[in-house]
Amino acid sequence: MGLFGKIKSVLKKTRDGIANKLTALFSKNKLGEEFYEELEDILVSSDVSVRTSVEIVEEIKEKAIKEKCRDKDYVIGLLKEELYDTLNYAEPLDMSTPLVIMVIGVNGVGKTTSIGKLAHKFVSEGKSVTIAAADTFRAAASEQLSVWAERAKVRIIKHSEGADASAVVFDAIVSAKSKKTDVLIIDTAGRLHVKTNLMEELKKMDRVVKREYPEANFVKLIVLDASTGQNASSQVEVFNEAVGVDGIILTKLDGTAKGGFIVSLSYETEIPVIFVGTGEKIDDIEDFDAKEYVEGLF
Amino acid sequence: MALFSGLSEKLNHIFSKLTKHGRLTELEIKTAMREVRIALLEADVNISVVKDFVAKVSERAVGQEILKSLSPTQQVIKIVNEELIALMGSSNSKLNVAPNPPTVIMMSGLQGAGKTTLCAKLGMLLKKQGKKPLLVACDVYRPAAISQLKTVGEKAGCQVFETGQGNPVKIAKEGVAYAKSYGFDTVIIDTAGRLQIDETLMRELEEIKAAVNPAEILLVVDAMTGQVAVEVADTFNKRLEVTGLVLTKLDGDTRGGATLSIKAVTGKPVKFCSTGEKLGDLEPFYPDRMANRILGMGDVLTLIEKAQAAISEADAKKMEKKFRENSFTLDDYLTQFEAMKKMGGIKDVLSMLPGMGGKYKVREEDVDEKKLITMKAVIQSMTKRERDNPQIINSSRKNRIAKGSGTSVQEVNRVLKQFEQTKQMMKQMKNNKMFKFQ
Repeated sequence: MGLFGKIKSVLKKTRDGIANKLTALFSKNKLGEEFYEELEDILVSSDVSVRTSVEIVEEIKEKAIKEKCRDKDYVIGLLKEELYDTLNYAEPLDMSTPLVIMVIGVNGVGKTTSIGKLAHKFVSEGKSVTIAAADTFRAAASEQLSVWAERAKVRIIKHSEGADASAVVFDAIVSAKSKKTDVLIIDTAGRLHVKTNLMEELKKMDRVVKREYPEANFVKLIVLDASTGQNASSQVEVFNEAVGVDGIILTKLDGTAKGGFIVSLSYETEIPVIFVGTGEKIDDIEDFDAKEYVEGLF
Repeated sequence: MALFSGLSEKLNHIFSKLTKHGRLTELEIKTAMREVRIALLEADVNISVVKDFVAKVSERAVGQEILKSLSPTQQVIKIVNEELIALMGSSNSKLNVAPNPPTVIMMSGLQGAGKTTLCAKLGMLLKKQGKKPLLVACDVYRPAAISQLKTVGEKAGCQVFETGQGNPVKIAKEGVAYAKSYGFDTVIIDTAGRLQIDETLMRELEEIKAAVNPAEILLVVDAMTGQVAVEVADTFNKRLEVTGLVLTKLDGDTRGGATLSIKAVTGKPVKFCSTGEKLGDLEPFYPDRMANRILGMGDVLTLIEKAQAAISEADAKKMEKKFRENSFTLDDYLTQFEAMKKMGGIKDVLSMLPGMGGKYKVREEDVDEKKLITMKAVIQSMTKRERDNPQIINSSRKNRIAKGSGTSVQEVNRVLKQFEQTKQMMKQMKNNKMFKFQ
């Protein structure tokens, strides 16, 4: 199944997804106030923030009124276009090698799993990969990552549980440099973004990479769980303030949650979504494509 | 805080144009409810739950007489708050106990909700209560999940039963049998995280349930969950008939609207909240605190109610005037403290103020009620002029006051300093519209 088909099928799983709601909605005759309110509700149900939903629908409504449009398909088109433009606004991320990816995010969003999938993806593109197990906090985190490293057939640098995370990063950089590894992926402990001490630890790791490996293309990807609600914005905001966020990995899109907060995020920041996680298998990761995402919603 | 002050400001704005007294009209309610709706949606309460909720609140609010002591904004928020608490049910952190031991507790939920950590936290809590829990590792899918349970279980001082990557139904059965023969009175079964639409894995949960007949099936939900919470909770509940809910990751800054969604759709009690990374961070659920969190406010309403009881309207008016004119004196300071005492202790009052709890950390020493007696002595040893103009109190006056009150100069200084700080806080309260005691 192609990339397009896969994302689409994943997003289609919803029993009473947006598509059904929209079909029901658009089969009504009048494009009145109620119609636009329902449009708002549909976006809100996908976890697009209230504010963004209202703004987007307002824009569509103005356009439709200006063009004296009463055609539902046309309005869907407008909405799709608007969503696509919003999601596609940010510049694509430079992924040139030598590449260092630091994977950050709150607890339980799927950082470790995403790293396993990413490693596999880079390997299948012919790149050499090293993984740094810098989540030294959660019990058995490095063991979990080791299993993924084995599956992806890549090298892993790890210390014992409770070790200094920055020391792991340091060692991994030394190793990656000496082996001339194309991609170094750093796993970090999940941390609620409100914990100041853990955010300080993250800043330290960030400094270590910048100091020890200045020639590398260093990107920080935040992992967001599609089933999260409006708190996702707060997560991005705080992590961005702490170390800077270059891109988003949106995970668990194989459920019925849509992760609509990425629409709001694109409205408010210029941080692009880079990858999406679509299942539990090692190849269940795709490049994010705004067009396919929007198409999949309808 | 920000959201609520936003909501309260918006409501204030709406009502400022309208008559302050009389009855709430339908139009006023409708306008106010739009703001309530947005506040709830921004807190991640599911949209259909919000709709039902708003309809219910409107119905109750229309035609209600505005209490003299409350502004219309406070009145609406009061109703919203009461309905929220009613919907969230009463506090109930008791676990079901099986008539014949062992009591089996089974975890369920999405990936990453925090089930494994919760197993250890619950194990530790039960141990503290004198139980002997056994943790059973039935998550055979996630790499190193068993090893994680073993590590956290050990930290919690609980034994972990595992047979490696076998069949989860079989492991659960063997775990219970093991508990029976080795005298464990409680069995906590960790299960793999799964999507509610994963038919195979959902069936597996049903099979585990049938095999071990749990007294308690807990649905573990990440407090940050968005709109999908309703669907997740509904499916898990329909398939398993969960007996209780547990909220995790409440130590973040999420408003936790998902609580309301899952509560509304399942009707099951929230038994615990997990509020930190340490294994001891497991707390009973307080519906009123959660309601305040969703709306984003401190315990304002309780404070309003208590203030009404403790301060007569005339007194409050006089005091408000003093705040406004900034002519708050040491005498007033003393009167305020006496009133606060009637309201249930200074610490209580301070912690109930939104924006205060965070900004001014309420230190234990600041609110020692015994010190109130000392403070009273110090202030009463001052002359009237000193009480009205504390800036004239020089060192010789301080010496006299210290002697007169049987304290020390340091004590006098402390009282004066606290008075200045209080004046600063009063200024803030003055600027906060919630605190106009009308």
